[in-house]
Amino acid sequence: MYNFDITRPTTVDEAVAALSADEAQPLSGGQTLIPTLKQRLAMPSVLVSLTAIDEMKGITEGPGTLKVGGGTTHGDVAQATKGSFAGLHTLASKIGDPAVRARGTIGGSVANNDPAACYPSACMACAATIHTNTRDIAADDFFQGMFTTALDEGEIVTAVTLKVPEKSSYQKFEQPASRFPLVGVFVAKHADGVRVGVTGASNNGVFRWAEAEEALSSNFSPDAIEGLSVSAEDLMGDLHGSPEYRAHLIKVMTKRGVADAS
Amino acid sequence: MPKDTGIGASTKRREDLRYLTGKGRYTDDIRAYGECAAVFARSTVANGKIIGIDTSEAEKMPGVLAVFTGEDFVDVGGNPAGWLINSRNGEPMKEPKRPVLAHGKVRHVGDAYAAVIAETEEQARDAAEAIIADIEDLPAIVDMREALKDEALVHDEIGTNQCFDWGWIEDNRAATDEAIKNAHHVTTLELVNNRLVPNAMEPRCSIGSYNPATDDYVLQTTSQNPHLTRLLISAFVMGIPENKLTVIAPDVGGGFGSKIYHYGEEALVLAAAKKLGRTVKWTADRSEAFLTDAHGRDHVTKIELAMDKDGNFLAFRTETMANVGAYLSNFSTATPTFLHGTLMAGNYTVPLVYVNVKTVFTNTAPVDAYRGAGRPEATYSLERVIDKAAREIGRDPIELRRQNFIKPDQYPYASAAGLEYDAGNYDALMDKMEEVADFAGFDARVKESDAKGLWRGRGVNAYIEACGIAPSNLVGQLGSRVGLYDAATVRVNATGNLSVMVGAHSHGQGHETVFPQVVGEMLGIDPASIDIVHGDTSKIPFGMGTYGSRSLAVCGSAVVRATEKIIAKAKKIAAHMLEASEGDIELKDGNFTVAGTDKSVGFGEVALKAYIPHNFPIEDIEPGLEETAFYDPANFTYPSGAYCCEVEVDPETGKVRVDRMTAVDDFGNVINPMIVTGQVHGGLAQGIGQALLENTHYNADGQLETASYMDYAMPLAEDLPMYHVDHSQGTPCTHNPLGVKGCGEAGAIGSPPTVVNAVVDALQRGGKNVTHVDMPVSPHNVWKAMQSA
Repeated sequence: MYNFDITRPTTVDEAVAALSADEAQPLSGGQTLIPTLKQRLAMPSVLVSLTAIDEMKGITEGPGTLKVGGGTTHGDVAQATKGSFAGLHTLASKIGDPAVRARGTIGGSVANNDPAACYPSACMACAATIHTNTRDIAADDFFQGMFTTALDEGEIVTAVTLKVPEKSSYQKFEQPASRFPLVGVFVAKHADGVRVGVTGASNNGVFRWAEAEEALSSNFSPDAIEGLSVSAEDLMGDLHGSPEYRAHLIKVMTKRGVADAS
Repeated sequence: MPKDTGIGASTKRREDLRYLTGKGRYTDDIRAYGECAAVFARSTVANGKIIGIDTSEAEKMPGVLAVFTGEDFVDVGGNPAGWLINSRNGEPMKEPKRPVLAHGKVRHVGDAYAAVIAETEEQARDAAEAIIADIEDLPAIVDMREALKDEALVHDEIGTNQCFDWGWIEDNRAATDEAIKNAHHVTTLELVNNRLVPNAMEPRCSIGSYNPATDDYVLQTTSQNPHLTRLLISAFVMGIPENKLTVIAPDVGGGFGSKIYHYGEEALVLAAAKKLGRTVKWTADRSEAFLTDAHGRDHVTKIELAMDKDGNFLAFRTETMANVGAYLSNFSTATPTFLHGTLMAGNYTVPLVYVNVKTVFTNTAPVDAYRGAGRPEATYSLERVIDKAAREIGRDPIELRRQNFIKPDQYPYASAAGLEYDAGNYDALMDKMEEVADFAGFDARVKESDAKGLWRGRGVNAYIEACGIAPSNLVGQLGSRVGLYDAATVRVNATGNLSVMVGAHSHGQGHETVFPQVVGEMLGIDPASIDIVHGDTSKIPFGMGTYGSRSLAVCGSAVVRATEKIIAKAKKIAAHMLEASEGDIELKDGNFTVAGTDKSVGFGEVALKAYIPHNFPIEDIEPGLEETAFYDPANFTYPSGAYCCEVEVDPETGKVRVDRMTAVDDFGNVINPMIVTGQVHGGLAQGIGQALLENTHYNADGQLETASYMDYAMPLAEDLPMYHVDHSQGTPCTHNPLGVKGCGEAGAIGSPPTVVNAVVDALQRGGKNVTHVDMPVSPHNVWKAMQSA
């Protein structure tokens, strides 16, 4: 680790101000950034910890929505969604291990937009709105490719509002080493249609599988997508799975998600 | 009622109290006054010519005390290979120098070319980054087939990338070829034994210190083998006299082979300590462990099995390329040869075996012995090709094996691969395995899996290994440059408690519990009054360390011999005390008794008499009660086993789940069944890890793509089933005093082919004509196999 300063503001405004410093970097749960620092792969001058900002924590239910503070841990999301939001509960309760879930946050996950992160698929499938200190951004516009989002320099994800589906399921097929999704599919059946968010698979980060959404919106059953196939073009290929394998898994996981949705 | 102490008792491991309460003392836990830190600058390219290394900026950095490069070590020796192998044409193997720090060339990613010593580790890291290395990037030599074309060289001075081309048994080559040519049926299989990173929980760490007043050096280091490390540093690398160098290996957090060897970092911290007059510590981070610990396996093999029309095995013939990496690690030439080729007859009465092994230098980390070391490679090749053969000729895989097993009345049995097996009963192991694995319930479990949309398969395996390494006379004839005996001193203190100094090193094996069980049983005293001392060359007589499942069979035998000497002397003292003839003294339950009388004296009284020799026959008996024994085994020991694995394969994703794993092993006599079971569990986890998950991948540029746990898949508890372990079918070893064979590696040897056999069986039951899947049988690999079937 290189030397850095750390500051721990208690309000969003203070955090924004602190982030205006040269080479400042926000630190949420630190599940990505801390290992990066330990390997000397990042050299921030000041880390602005977001973990003492109470206004960014907690979960509130709205009419048909769930608003999750950006600083809310995966463990807290898993607890709050048990029995009420199947897909999100599964997703949050299977990220990493208990230590990761006790520290990692939804804001950190969506802001980093790792192509194999779990949360972006839920945001896409649940028509989420990403709230920042300056604006609200629809999930479809927020995620712009691998590790790329609509966030400006110094902009903080303060909360994420998800539309609660009638039925949902998250199906994670784990990469054998990292246990991140090799393919993760979030299936959400809303009153106005079905959305399918896919993570782990694409060179362009999280995406929605439009053909499956259309087919499932008229017939929410695994059979509805039997005749569909995913193109391997633009999918990731690595030691753990070729683009063709990932394309195959997207369909398998989507079918399982539909069958499992509750 | 089972015993709770002594031989055969599942005594709880006394060392676990400190391990489980955070009171272990590992090398990095040691803090010395005035300690400073070493950090290495390591190559980021796989193959490069060193044009120049500019350390001038680094030397000026805060806290920096010294910077070393390869230039500083040109006058010291290389780290040698411990075993000379001759090629088929009689030429000795190629032995390029392995320097302390790279000089002239860097030869793998992670190869250290400089070291910085600074007041703190962070300062040393900062300075290491300021070293400017001008290294000309050369094409990387990674693939073994390509390497053997010698178009580019790892070591220019030897003119080839082939270390040796070995044949075993060379005199049988023509007969084996003939048998295969004329056989009724020949089964051929090409397979890869996947390269593994050892991944000990504790990374390597070395602390060097030097006393200028006495010219004494101390090396505290993560070693399975402190005496060998001392010997190598003294006799080959640095020339420090053995009497001036103490090597201490305190608690060591796992080794699996990777800590048998001497590494350059150990020499560096000693040289730096002398130069600076300071204690110098280096602790590897996990990335360094991935890049520089000696890796395991990495064989590419073609095996053929010839059979007559009745399924009798006529010959095994293999051609193997074995990767040794960029430099020869200490045991790297023995592992693919005499720990591999000599086992290629397996448990079978096959009359002919011919093994050809070409070892290949590549621009990758050195490869050496890893849990099992050569024997897993042999077992995997044999037991995969036998399974394939059974399928090809329509025979039950167990029946085909049984037909060719060596039978109990054939021992001692001279195998076609040159070993003499002393004892075994493979049919009894197979019988027990069928019972423990619940063969009767298999069909019902197949139906249950079907109902879930999963394909269930069952694989079996029979293995034999050579442990208790090793008879010095034999290995000396085969090229070993050391003897492989072990030593122990039993010291009875005046107050009747004991310190037992052993050459074996315990890094998880439980020696501190097991050796006292043996000594306590022999003397009839409470094992709790006996302590084991190990891992310090200044305290123990000598030792060849712990690996090859040798601790109990070899060092334990030395402990027995030393204890026998104690008993003999104590009887003399007791005879004097009881005014009886020495021949009439019996030792029972810790008391020395005159046979046929009630005259008796306790062990403690005898011990006290030995040290307070009043009224003592000093003309006949020396005072004191301490004895040393060296033990050199007459033969290897031959543990064997029958394993069974049931898997479920998800036909949609290719994902394999190991549902049941049965290990029935013949370890001979068992001293502590609980510890033996634990050793089998650990071996199974590593074997299943190799079969299902672990893979080490260098890309064409020689970059290690699996250099962290993000891409190197380790087995987690959730990947492993509850095990069914049995060791009730032991046939005692005939040539060591305890009748023990060794259990540390069995699980890692027996399980990989069992898992793969089960996966192939599941795919066949599912209608896929898949005859082989290379390890790891990852979802992706299984899916690809299904696509092309």
